[in-house]
Amino acid sequence: MAIDASARYLESHEYAKPAGSDMLIGISDHAQAELGDVVFVELPSVGKELAKGSTFGTIESVKAASDLYMPISGKIVEVNEAVKGDPSLVNKDCYGQGWLIRVSPSNSAEFSSLLDAKAYGKAIGEE
Amino acid sequence: MAPFAGYDMPINYPTGAVEEHLITRRAVGLFDIDHMGQLEISGPGADAFVARMVSAKVSDLAPPMARYSLLLDEPGGVIDDLFVYRFPNSWWIVVNASNRFTDLEWFRAHAPSDVTIVDRSDDTYMIAVQGPKAIELIDAVSDTPVSAIQRFCWGNIHIAGVPVLFGRTGYTGEDGGELFFPADRAIFLWEHLLERGLALGIETKPIGLAARDSLRFEAGMPLHGHEISREINPIEAGFKWACDFEKEFIGREALLAIIERGADRKLVGVEVFGGVPREGYEIAAPGGDVIGKCVAGMFCPSVKKYAANAFVRPEFAKSGTEVAVIIRGQPRNAVLVKRPLYVPAYRR
Repeated sequence: MAIDASARYLESHEYAKPAGSDMLIGISDHAQAELGDVVFVELPSVGKELAKGSTFGTIESVKAASDLYMPISGKIVEVNEAVKGDPSLVNKDCYGQGWLIRVSPSNSAEFSSLLDAKAYGKAIGEE
Repeated sequence: MAPFAGYDMPINYPTGAVEEHLITRRAVGLFDIDHMGQLEISGPGADAFVARMVSAKVSDLAPPMARYSLLLDEPGGVIDDLFVYRFPNSWWIVVNASNRFTDLEWFRAHAPSDVTIVDRSDDTYMIAVQGPKAIELIDAVSDTPVSAIQRFCWGNIHIAGVPVLFGRTGYTGEDGGELFFPADRAIFLWEHLLERGLALGIETKPIGLAARDSLRFEAGMPLHGHEISREINPIEAGFKWACDFEKEFIGREALLAIIERGADRKLVGVEVFGGVPREGYEIAAPGGDVIGKCVAGMFCPSVKKYAANAFVRPEFAKSGTEVAVIIRGQPRNAVLVKRPLYVPAYRR
């Protein structure tokens, strides 16, 4: 399973990845493999402010539906329209073209409290 | 892999459910459906017996014909749906894996002394070869062209020396067939078909249960336990066409009474916007009242829709009616649509 070293993770498999002063949020390779073929993604509106731990959308695969949780607090500045039109991007390129939302973080301390790549690797190795 | 009808089966292969569905609609999909059952009914009383037991007309069947039918109980509930093959001296009945033993018991309990019923399931392997290039593939590997076998007919062929009963039918809405052959040749024949497909440049892939479900769903075919079951009658599920009321069959009187008084629910197609409908999700009228429930739902890769089959109150059952499907606590806009979403090859 690929784990992006520049990102940090929630135990629920969402990642936050620095992109300039913003963060890109998505789900990990482990998550997309477990879900199977992603067929639907629901994402929030641009401009919405969400707190860490709150749900920001839904991801549905052939076999399962899951809520998506904010790994950090912030304002949604962009939503990946390409993924809404082609949900398979999450399976094909979860850390790249399969990003879900771009967030302007409101609390810079939150990122470091997430699991780093090594800790996340351990967490999924243990599952 | 997941348990299904007592067997360990692949939900999908590494290809993935969506792509496996698309491959079947553009080339060839191979389905290991050996879990299904095959019963052989023979004896002097067999013809009259089979005619009484199954809902469809069978008295006009002569080799090499076969036909889809239902197996009903006295109140008109669907014990199983099955395919009846007319052999020269017997009847070959193909049944769902989950109902094989129930069907066998049911047939045996009703059989007169001049009828013999044999369960051939364990000795018979079954695979399906489905897709627009399926006939081309089988023709290339068979000693007898299957392109000459008409839809819903069968023929005896050989593939690489293996004797195969080929039935030109299937559960996907594509052309192709279902192959029955000795169980000890299963791995050989499966690998032979994959190899020959590759050699001939015909895209041929193994297909798992998820794609099997989305293929049959798009094509309007029922899955026992969902659109039909012991608790569902053919009238409410839209399968009156599979019943021959000109003859006596178990369930006939019950169905006539249901037709007379009107079914109290109807199976409809539902297209949803904004989420994936699934089994058990409720359907609500614009006012908010619950008017029905989904029995199956999914993303449909060929028609590119999120759709469900649902039973709703008959007064709401018209195509074009706007409804909501409650998805994980949220009402999502939906509309009732005509089935099938994808017109099967045999109807084009």
